Amino acid sequence: MTNKMNLRNIKDKLKIGLTGSAVLLILAILTIILGTVIIGGYKSISWEFLTQAPTEGMTKGGIFPAIFGMVFSLLLMLIAVVPVGVATAVYLHEYAQPGFILTKLIRGAVNNLAGVPSIVFGLFGLGFFIQFIGGGLDRSLGQAGLFGQPCILWASLTLALMNLPMIIVATEEALRAIPQAERAGALALGATKWQSIRHVVLPQAIPGILTGVVLVISRGAGEVAPIMFTGAAYYLPYLPKLPTEQFMTLGYHIFVMTTQSPDIDATVPIAMGATLVLLALTFSLNIIAIIIRSRTRSQLRKGR
Amino acid sequence: MSLKKRRFKYLGESLIEGNIKITATFAIVVVFLIFIFIMRESLPIFFNGEVRQEITFGKLFKGTAWQPVSDNPRFSLWPIILGSLKVTLIALFFAVPVAIGAALYSSEFAGRRLKEFIKPAVELLAGIPSVVLGFFALMVMASFLKNIFGWEIRLNAVNAGIALGFAVIPSIYSLAEDAINAVPRSFREAALGLGASPWQTAVKVVLPAALPGVSAAVLFGMGRAVGETMVVLMAAGNAPLFSFNPLNSTRTMTATIAAELGEVVFGSGHYHALFFIGLVLFLVTFVINMTSWALFDGLMSKLYGSKK
Repeated sequence: MTNKMNLRNIKDKLKIGLTGSAVLLILAILTIILGTVIIGGYKSISWEFLTQAPTEGMTKGGIFPAIFGMVFSLLLMLIAVVPVGVATAVYLHEYAQPGFILTKLIRGAVNNLAGVPSIVFGLFGLGFFIQFIGGGLDRSLGQAGLFGQPCILWASLTLALMNLPMIIVATEEALRAIPQAERAGALALGATKWQSIRHVVLPQAIPGILTGVVLVISRGAGEVAPIMFTGAAYYLPYLPKLPTEQFMTLGYHIFVMTTQSPDIDATVPIAMGATLVLLALTFSLNIIAIIIRSRTRSQLRKGR
Repeated sequence: MSLKKRRFKYLGESLIEGNIKITATFAIVVVFLIFIFIMRESLPIFFNGEVRQEITFGKLFKGTAWQPVSDNPRFSLWPIILGSLKVTLIALFFAVPVAIGAALYSSEFAGRRLKEFIKPAVELLAGIPSVVLGFFALMVMASFLKNIFGWEIRLNAVNAGIALGFAVIPSIYSLAEDAINAVPRSFREAALGLGASPWQTAVKVVLPAALPGVSAAVLFGMGRAVGETMVVLMAAGNAPLFSFNPLNSTRTMTATIAAELGEVVFGSGHYHALFFIGLVLFLVTFVINMTSWALFDGLMSKLYGSKK
């Protein structure tokens, strides 16, 4: 009997170990990808690499225009997505009645939007922003090819739509964590609903909103499919100054350097370096998000 | 406070509330716009006479060749539908056991310390941009696997499927973990009290109770896999072959759009065909995601009563 029990114990332990090995596999994947990119890419990284433009038909030089364009487009994206996302979350959590049909529709739309494939956003950006809105603007202004062509503005707006659900979900989670008593307290002191939201609820939600912003930047930095046809360029000999110009960006640059290169041996080190920069950026942003989140969680635990 | 002032204050309140409400409906508007505009660009296949000389709905499902740029262009969707299916199935075959095993381990067997380490690690994996995964699969993994298994073709559906698996593991993991965590503790206590071992409790009690949520997680991952672009564009060999062999190069629906939209003649049959592929992708992922959410909601209301 005890022997049987022992055997069962050992079998169970083995099976549990098997699920544990799934965790190990995930960690291994993470380490291997990170490791190869660091080992392959660190030799390419230098001050010149980060601050100079590509030279000699993109086979030498740096990636500065790609970093510049990425930052430019991400800023525009944030300006568009953060206010809309936060307002939607505030509506859903503070104003809307749960069973109301509009509430259900908005939730359904947010869920659905989160599942739309990134390349479909690219198609949409082309069909809607560039041809419909941009083309329409050009026709009514009597100009040709100002708005009706790929540019930073349309790429950023496409990215913004794609990332809208992420900001909404992060903000709502932050709002949910704020005790109902805080709101009741503000209202009891004579504040209106908006005053309580503006001065009591939102300030406490800032860490959560920030987590969302950080994650959206990270995701936006790495997305290529939605921007390949709405604004990203293979190569530009100058830095874009206006939102109506095309731009180079890091993710697309990696793709171009590895798949469209005329001289693959010369461009792979550049692509490796660019991948290291992009990965370093997204990893640090994700780690920042994780730290903010765990801090607010432990604060919440203390508060209770 | 004077009456006038107070009235002003309430007017301001309702203005603000109205504005927020209108902004919140934006998400609905966007989903509609996406559907309408993808539709608008794919409809000429059905209605526009000029386009129909080049391509019709029937031609999209006839034959087995996708050769849009040739003297005799052919637009059969079968090779790229097959490609999407192949790569998605391989990705799930690899990702589902890993993600669900890890979710089970971290919610049932891991200590709190370890748990707080696993979650961020999975989040970091989720944070790797798909272009980086594609780059890794193209430059590193493909050669490695080719050498080990003696593949004839370096970039094939298995290579892309595994890399795609990396991309969907975090999605499946997080939803599956939520589902498993949602199972009330009393279920576990009852099972353990009846003499079940921790493993038996996890696999025969907790997992079946969470099953709708776990299936939702798998479907969610499937939606992700079908819609993922950069990984398959870079790692699958980019050849729209009609082949059931997973070791052949392949091309998915998403990768076809990404590879060809840049050079397509605006307004041509080919152009509208690419939008039609987008429409199919939109509808397929829509159905998969909605089913997934319905399953997950069903689980939550089953476990916590009908209130939400």
